Amino acid sequence: MTHNNCQHLLADLSDYIDGDAADAVCAEIERHLAECPDCRAVVDTLRKTIYLYRTLPPPVLSASARARLIASLSFDDASGA
Amino acid sequence: MAIDFLAPQAASTLDGGDESDLIRRLRQGDKHACAECIDRHSAGVYRLALRMVSDPHEAEDIVQETFLSAFKAIASFEGRAGLGTWLYRIAYNTALMRLRKKQPLYVPIDTPTTPDEEENFTAPVQLFDWCCLPEEDFQTREARTELERAISELPETLRTVFVLRELEGLSTEETAQVLNVSVSNVKVRLHRARLWLRERLAGYFTELVQQPA
Repeated sequence: MTHNNCQHLLADLSDYIDGDAADAVCAEIERHLAECPDCRAVVDTLRKTIYLYRTLPPPVLSASARARLIASLSFDDASGA
Repeated sequence: MAIDFLAPQAASTLDGGDESDLIRRLRQGDKHACAECIDRHSAGVYRLALRMVSDPHEAEDIVQETFLSAFKAIASFEGRAGLGTWLYRIAYNTALMRLRKKQPLYVPIDTPTTPDEEENFTAPVQLFDWCCLPEEDFQTREARTELERAISELPETLRTVFVLRELEGLSTEETAQVLNVSVSNVKVRLHRARLWLRERLAGYFTELVQQPA
């Protein structure tokens, strides 16, 4: 992150990775990445970070917690509306 | 025929159902509709609550409070946002009130950032490219624990945006509605959260590479 425009481009990196950046911004970022190994490392590892947290198993509400929830809402008579 | 409210509904009946019909039945006080609403939305509400308070039991309490509040207030639900978005908003506010009781200095999401934060969140320091490590290095229990810890330690001002947008899959607009902030605020905070997590993981994986075999 030593070039003058590294910080400038950083603000647009999420849009770039998400495919939401304008064509001109994408072109500018790609020109910069071609000559800046530090920014390439940041982009590569940012993509990897996103991949890793998106594939993280989500915490699960247990069946017993759901049962307690239903019971707490006075639905435990199971007799319908 | 008696309905077993304790049995989770089949997934096929949960995802594609007609929300307006569900809301109409909720307004009539239909217990089947309440159970259906819980089955559709409790998992997401629980995940948000857990990421906010970091305590499974307290998160369960927040889920309970959220649905109790929602069913009591369903008549005032105007439908400008989806039912799920509305429930996330109730859960967020419920968790926020609990956090404020425990931590009076808790900084909510709609508090403007300070100049120091502006500077600190945007400058990557770790520049080693660890993305091409063997895949098995990313799938260890230790690596996942490190990622979970990093998410739990995200600054409060970034974490809720991150959870709703990236882990719960809400759109930028829906996230802004839940948190009552602007769309641009959501985008900026999500970007900072990603950079913050990248920096934390970079520290871990760089150290992993440098360990003797």
